Amino acid sequence: MREVTLGIGGAAGDGLDKTGDTFAKTASRLGLYLYAYNSYQSIIRGGHIWLRVRMGEEKVYSHGDHLNLLIALNQDTLERHAREVEPGGAVLFNSDKLTLDSSLFESQVLPVPMPVRELLKPLGKTLPVMQNTVSLGAAIFLLGLDFEMMAEVLADTFQHKGQEVVNQNIQVAKAGYNYAKEKFVPLGYEWNFSRTRRPFITGNEAMALGAVAAGCKFYSAYPMTPASTILHWMVAHADRCGIVVKQCEDEIAVANMAVGAGLAGVRSMCATSGGGFALMTEAIGQAGMIEAPVVFITVQRGGPSTGIPTKTEQADLNQALGASQGDFPRIIMAPADVTEAYYTAAEALNLADKYQLPVIILSDLLLSEHPETIERDALKPDLVIDRGQLVTEWPEGNGTYKRYAFTESGVSPRALPGTKNTVYVSPTDDHDEEGILISDEYTSPPVRRKVQEKRMKKLEGALKELPPPQIEGPEDTDVTLVGWGSCRGVIREAAEMLRSEGIATNQLHFKYLLPFHVKEALEILNGCRKTIGVEVNYTGQFAKHLRSETGFSLDDMVLKYDGEPFEPAFIVNRVKEIVGGEPLSLEVTREEAQEIAYHYIRTHLGNSVRPASIEVGNGVPAEEPTWCIELVSRKGGEKTGDLFVGQRTGSTYAWKPVSTVSRD
Amino acid sequence: MEMTISLPISTYESIIDPDWCPGCGDFGVLRGVKMAAGKLGIKPEELFTVSGIGCSSNLPGYIHAYGVHSLHGRAVAVASGIKFANQDMNVVITGGDGDGYGIGLGHFVHAMRRNLDLTYIVMNNQIYGLTTGQASPTTMKEVRTKSTPRGNVEMPLNPIALAIVSGATYVSRAFSGEPRHMADVIAGGIAHKGFALVDVFSPCVTYNKINTYPWFKKRVYKLEDDPDYDATDHRGALNRAYEWGDRIPLGLFYREEQPTYEESEPALKEGPLVHQKLGLEKDLFDDLMEEFV
Repeated sequence: MREVTLGIGGAAGDGLDKTGDTFAKTASRLGLYLYAYNSYQSIIRGGHIWLRVRMGEEKVYSHGDHLNLLIALNQDTLERHAREVEPGGAVLFNSDKLTLDSSLFESQVLPVPMPVRELLKPLGKTLPVMQNTVSLGAAIFLLGLDFEMMAEVLADTFQHKGQEVVNQNIQVAKAGYNYAKEKFVPLGYEWNFSRTRRPFITGNEAMALGAVAAGCKFYSAYPMTPASTILHWMVAHADRCGIVVKQCEDEIAVANMAVGAGLAGVRSMCATSGGGFALMTEAIGQAGMIEAPVVFITVQRGGPSTGIPTKTEQADLNQALGASQGDFPRIIMAPADVTEAYYTAAEALNLADKYQLPVIILSDLLLSEHPETIERDALKPDLVIDRGQLVTEWPEGNGTYKRYAFTESGVSPRALPGTKNTVYVSPTDDHDEEGILISDEYTSPPVRRKVQEKRMKKLEGALKELPPPQIEGPEDTDVTLVGWGSCRGVIREAAEMLRSEGIATNQLHFKYLLPFHVKEALEILNGCRKTIGVEVNYTGQFAKHLRSETGFSLDDMVLKYDGEPFEPAFIVNRVKEIVGGEPLSLEVTREEAQEIAYHYIRTHLGNSVRPASIEVGNGVPAEEPTWCIELVSRKGGEKTGDLFVGQRTGSTYAWKPVSTVSRD
Repeated sequence: MEMTISLPISTYESIIDPDWCPGCGDFGVLRGVKMAAGKLGIKPEELFTVSGIGCSSNLPGYIHAYGVHSLHGRAVAVASGIKFANQDMNVVITGGDGDGYGIGLGHFVHAMRRNLDLTYIVMNNQIYGLTTGQASPTTMKEVRTKSTPRGNVEMPLNPIALAIVSGATYVSRAFSGEPRHMADVIAGGIAHKGFALVDVFSPCVTYNKINTYPWFKKRVYKLEDDPDYDATDHRGALNRAYEWGDRIPLGLFYREEQPTYEESEPALKEGPLVHQKLGLEKDLFDDLMEEFV
């Protein structure tokens, strides 16, 4: 398959988002499939933002392992990423401001310095951010994409600012395109553009759209990364879609308002991330107890505590499983991709209504924020809306309406408040069929037993209608990769790579985490030769959950908890080590040593130096081997000193400036 | 004008008898809520009582109407969700001082800013009764309780003043020992379009031996009896909110006509959310999808 990966790096405030968006829309409208991932930080300006856009003529399932064209918006990006560009690729940068040292890139990579000032001079007054557009124009040429399509995208993007701004942007892009055409040859990509226009959409957008299309009428939220873009989409479309979107004072209010709205009869949803979810938990138990249908989305980010707010992780499964005190029925599901996110939102609303319980959707930063191309008809508007067993009228002579009637299925037909002759109270104290408390004056152990069984029994019905997990890929392999949630795509690509390297691999992926398909999962797992769990967390939370539900222990784990999502090669390498019997090494790699050096430079040395050579060194007293990282001046390239980083602990032992480096 | 047909208070008779201590102020409030609803002709299926946790929060179980006995401190948030879902419901929140002014204070303040059409009755007994007598946010200074054996050192919260400065559009106080007056104040709150606070002195006969019926009887007077009092004067209301000691005012402190939150919410123009059509028309869906292309 023909594919290419573009990387754009810069500081927050460099306008990187818009640039990436323009590029992605151009490629997408040409009919290419894209998957983008933005590695960013929790600051408005500065820092390092690293956006990768992978695109191919066929569907791509992750941001991949490659880099073919780099657009560097600052010096930092050149230094850190130019070396990753593969032979045959190119490095684009503004040569007025940045310098690309020949030591920073591979020999078969093309440096493309752009004299931005000179190119923009004939265009009159331009904004600094337009350096990006110059580079984009050049990138379009180098990658063999269609400039006219980019002009169309720019026109759509800037249309609200008037024709003059549109024209200027197109001229700026054209200047970059023409310059590249004049000075360089294209990188040799020959595309077959289908020009099929497909949506390019994030998990959060898909989930919001799916919820509204399935009849969500109330959405409450408190701003929290990475859930906020659901709020933004909802509020931007609230008037047209006829939904109430409420930003609340905290997540406690968010969850309780959602419960109130669900109880009163509308389809109700709220979303947050781990910290906010912690505040919501009591209300989730409340929804379980009063049998109010509500969908709670928690978009996992790196924890614990404030953690790494703009980074991804799958470490809140335990939190979802254990949210709120006591035993109560809850459904937990983790969609795998953007399309599934859309249908999962709708499915969650149906399940919440049918079984009158809280449904928790576990998303994560990767799924929620990365955009990818999906087929035009992947998201269908005609969703099934199943509100479950509703009592729409209750004649006066019918006797007392029992809101919590004990039934075989555990589901009590529900009259929405306002239905004549059905008044009832929904208490968070435990209660009998009529909603009368059994908590203080009229306690009753048998009633308590039966009401608890009634509530919990609902999960048996739900499990029956949830599709069981299935093996994906070839049957009867040496290795089965077991994952959940957003990892499905990257595991799929890793399995393909492993197969191409001669290791027969398939995958078993779980979306439904509670209730759990114990029987079906066990049948599959018992037939596997080697099972390896793949999760973005430290403790293997899903593997433990699997064990607690089935008694089955996975043979080994591939775990990642550095904040960045899996890339296929990471999984492949670790699986090969596991298959080869190699123990897991937790030592600091050379690449990591460089990143640790960058961290030290930024926090202690300003931006005047950069790491150069990295060798095993022992210039400091340490009880472990160390990396010795030579730092050189960014301007002149002369050595400024050595930084020592422990290979086992990662501790930064010492910074020895040149003047004090021992000359022995 | 629509004719109001008042309903007898037996309309709201629940099959459950309250389990409050004999003499508890909350009996009076329960009766007051029923009288107010009856006076306004609200049918049981048009009334939604919402409470948190505490002695007084058991009230929804004792009245024949829809109810939710929610979490400690969360009644206002739950009630807000109910009102958003079904603005045709008369949503009356009934709770205590610990529930509303302690653990739930954040929701209380923000609900007032929002001016949803809710009525919030706080049975203020200046003590935590259900948990057997600890200090509450409205316990007076120096009062000894189970949790303040050397006397309370914290300033009591002033709910009336707080409500006036937080944007509540109907701020009032009643006393369990004055049931007819209380019913009028509650009815005024329910009839008012916007957030109404009714702080009720509802003595705890078991754990508060200071702020008793006689203690209040000696001190309370009605603002309505003061011909010079103007309940539309914001600053004047705030001044009166600080009156405490030998004379304590009851009645309507402050009233202001402001658009409710529901009125400014476009999605509610079509009527209650709960009665609206679900899902998206194909054309709208296609438009929304087009934004992603």
